[in-house]
Amino acid sequence: MDGVASASPREVVDLAAAGVRSLNALLHERAGPFPSVEVLHPMGQHNVAVGAVRAFRVEIRGHVGYYAAAMNQEASIHIHGNAGKGLAENIMSGEVQVFGNASDAVAASGHGGLVVVHGDAASRCGISMKGVDIVVGGSIGHLGAFMAQAGTMVVAGDAGSALGDSLYEAVIYVGGRIESLGEDAREEPMTAVDRERVAGLLARARLSPPLPNVERFKRIASARSLYHWHAGQNRIHG
Amino acid sequence: MPRAPLEEHHSFPDEIRAYIEQAAETGLYDIRGLGAKRRLPTFDDLVILTASLSRYPLEGYRERCTTETVLGTRAKNPVRLATPITIAGMSFGALSARGKEAIGRAATAVGTSTTTGDGGMTSEERESSKCLVYQCLPSRYGFNPEHLRLADAIEMVVGQGAKPGGGGMLLGQKVSARVAAMRTLPEGIDQRSACRHPDWTGPDDLAIKIAELRELTDGRIPIYVKVGASRVLSDVKLAVKAGADVVVVDGMQGGTAATQQVFIEHAGIPTLPALRQAVEALEEMKVVGDVQLVISGGIRTGADVAKALAMGADAVSLGQSVLMALGCNRSSPADGHAVPTDVTPDYEKLGTVPGRCHHCESGRCPVGVTTQDPELELRLDPVEGARRLRNYLTVMTMELATLARACGKSNVHHLEREDLAALTITAAAMAKVPLAGTSWVPGQ
Amino acid sequence: MCGIVGLLLRRAELRPALGELIVPMFECMAERGPDSAGVAVFSEPSSAELCKASLYASSETYDWPALERRMASDFGTAIRMQAHGNHALFVLPREEGVREWLRAHAPGVRLLSVGAAIEVWKDEGNPRAILKKYGFSKFEGSHAIGHTRMATESRVSPAHAHPYTAGRDFCLVHNGSLSNPYMLRRKLEAAGVPFETDNDTEAACRYLEWRLSQGDDLEHAIGHAFVDLDGFYTLLIGTRHHMTLVRDPVACKPAVVAETDDYVAVASEFRSLSHLPGIENARLFEPLPARIYSWTA
Repeated sequence: MDGVASASPREVVDLAAAGVRSLNALLHERAGPFPSVEVLHPMGQHNVAVGAVRAFRVEIRGHVGYYAAAMNQEASIHIHGNAGKGLAENIMSGEVQVFGNASDAVAASGHGGLVVVHGDAASRCGISMKGVDIVVGGSIGHLGAFMAQAGTMVVAGDAGSALGDSLYEAVIYVGGRIESLGEDAREEPMTAVDRERVAGLLARARLSPPLPNVERFKRIASARSLYHWHAGQNRIHG
Repeated sequence: MPRAPLEEHHSFPDEIRAYIEQAAETGLYDIRGLGAKRRLPTFDDLVILTASLSRYPLEGYRERCTTETVLGTRAKNPVRLATPITIAGMSFGALSARGKEAIGRAATAVGTSTTTGDGGMTSEERESSKCLVYQCLPSRYGFNPEHLRLADAIEMVVGQGAKPGGGGMLLGQKVSARVAAMRTLPEGIDQRSACRHPDWTGPDDLAIKIAELRELTDGRIPIYVKVGASRVLSDVKLAVKAGADVVVVDGMQGGTAATQQVFIEHAGIPTLPALRQAVEALEEMKVVGDVQLVISGGIRTGADVAKALAMGADAVSLGQSVLMALGCNRSSPADGHAVPTDVTPDYEKLGTVPGRCHHCESGRCPVGVTTQDPELELRLDPVEGARRLRNYLTVMTMELATLARACGKSNVHHLEREDLAALTITAAAMAKVPLAGTSWVPGQ
Repeated sequence: MCGIVGLLLRRAELRPALGELIVPMFECMAERGPDSAGVAVFSEPSSAELCKASLYASSETYDWPALERRMASDFGTAIRMQAHGNHALFVLPREEGVREWLRAHAPGVRLLSVGAAIEVWKDEGNPRAILKKYGFSKFEGSHAIGHTRMATESRVSPAHAHPYTAGRDFCLVHNGSLSNPYMLRRKLEAAGVPFETDNDTEAACRYLEWRLSQGDDLEHAIGHAFVDLDGFYTLLIGTRHHMTLVRDPVACKPAVVAETDDYVAVASEFRSLSHLPGIENARLFEPLPARIYSWTA
């Protein structure tokens, strides 16, 4: 394969030479050698490291496009750059770290694992999440955790408007300012359990110091008033 | 003196007054199942021009007429079917597990495909269905790469005919423990669903999303794109531009297990003009033969299938009629008992009678098809249900072949639009087929 | 749907390389928009009175020299002309009377743009072919905005390609889909604004043109647009000295910006920017919804 030097224990894939297909095929191998993978020159390509099936360690040197690390299982994927839309969408398990910023829909519909954005994330961070844990070192855009069903999101910085709109059972912790809450999201008091949870996730995320002060975080959860349709809900929105 | 006859108010018939009453009394809008119930132009308004002095029929039963159908011809592993009659996406959640199993068994026996729905893939369906199309919906309930890899095709759902622009819906009474677990929802709540996909908006982004799904499945299987029939001409072209191997168009008559009545009756266009526009779009894009077309939305008989194929579809997909074969709206369920059980009282509890029920949303399906209730579910025997459905699909396929043979075709896919005539001006205009007895197509 | 690209050079020495820099940006956006492509290039004229007119004829063999001669004779002055098949750029001593003259004497020729700095090239067909045909790599200027189109509701035709222009030295490209384009069009036509196509992007362009003609500056015009335009849109606007970027409040259509000391580059996807020199050290960001970003050439 062009651009892939066979060496163990490391594979090097140069995405400027080979397309994403060779990298993804490698990550879909269920048996055989278990290399760690160095990915060079992603140049913003889409679908980098999609659908890994085992605990590969993948270091991506540069910016990626849409759906990087999507549907990840077990693998540890580090992106030394920015990520486009849908980073780690539908992640099942494993860990994805972006050291730069991420675009919309981080970890969309993610079922498990941990996704960390060291910089900022754009709108709809954690949309439709179904059990993934997300940590953002910077701030997030509007409609964070929209329709988030399960999992935990920790935002060290600020959150944009309509945070937690249509929230189910996922819980959001925000260290900075919240521009506004979405429909059915409400602030709830932080307990010792919450603080432990935030501290635990910040530690797992390995954000660069200085780490945010756990005492500053607010807890946002569902008011659960949309769980059953009833006439009282039908309002005319001005 | 005799009283003057009481005048009916046609703008406010009984159904409208009942609607106003419910809205006024409860402040709630009506939610129900199935598809548009009002009279609409359908395939019944077209007829087939079978053999004459100038065209010779093939002998039924003796002279071969093949029904083999291939969908996704560009993929490494296209979907190969024994009949162009396939089964549409209906979720586990909307349907019972036994219902999904019955459908899978019947489809396998007949040699056709089934489709998952807005709840993910159950093991019952994957084990019973030899050819399974896996849907990717805005909600992404239960969506996961392992199931993607087990699928024979992927269907990216942009919308469905019952509610183009609306998302899925499942009321709390049907969000059982198992359904809730599959969908990552609290048990018993009313499910609210997204109407847009979480990680792409627009056909330019869809092209990248389709590429992602191809990457995940190593390019092996076809990718379908399903749209509810709204702006069909542009939607089908855009699906092709975005990389669809198969386009599925679901007309207004298409069903759902639950959505607002206003959507069902007032959104989208009927299947008949939708099909014609879809074919036009594929012809304009010059992809006929490369990208296949599946039409759905109130397909009921072998004659419907023949007409749909003649108009240019490669296959059809059935939803509501499958449920009816499994017992929907029957006074006795397909429970496999020697003596039929009369469940009419259970229809009455829903405020309806057999033949008029549309309460899939209630979870109290009297025949065990669209329920999660453990007792009601037992009313559908998967083996008996499979037998009935297999029979129905077989009859439809035979009717299709009979009509095709009568037109002199040895392959049902050789039916063409010139084999059709229209009985009404509306159908002639919608299908662009001449009015019977004339050469007139309105607008041409 | 579509791909948009924009490049504004901060240092005058880079202006001869504008085309070379923008071509790889376009090539990346060809999958997003396979149906047609176009670019507007802004470069200052050599003299204050000059007016540039970009023209388009439906035939590849249109007799541009003959048109030039007739125009020169009627305007009583020399006219510079560059022709490329069905496109031509005329440089005239003045603008008054140009539109009327063309309407009267060359009704089949379409005026793509008019202004002191703007030149527009757009056509249907695959973007890669269009880049080659019109020699995009040789363009010089201070800034350019461009577009690759995936036609949604209206037809594919050269007229439907972006950028859309209005007035003098004003154009825009659009990624997204307006949900109320027809009512906008009816309102604007009633206000005396003529339309050439049924494309939703033209509705956005004419709307801004109308607001500017009512005395709004661009910022206020866009502020009105947030209220009157509905749907999803990322708009990139080119004017004589500025490049302006805006996303609608829902912000589903993408945009990425790269800023260095040498340039500001905009594209629908980062990969379109990835070949620019110095991109590794660029400040990269995504524009926030309902915010106006403007850069000066």
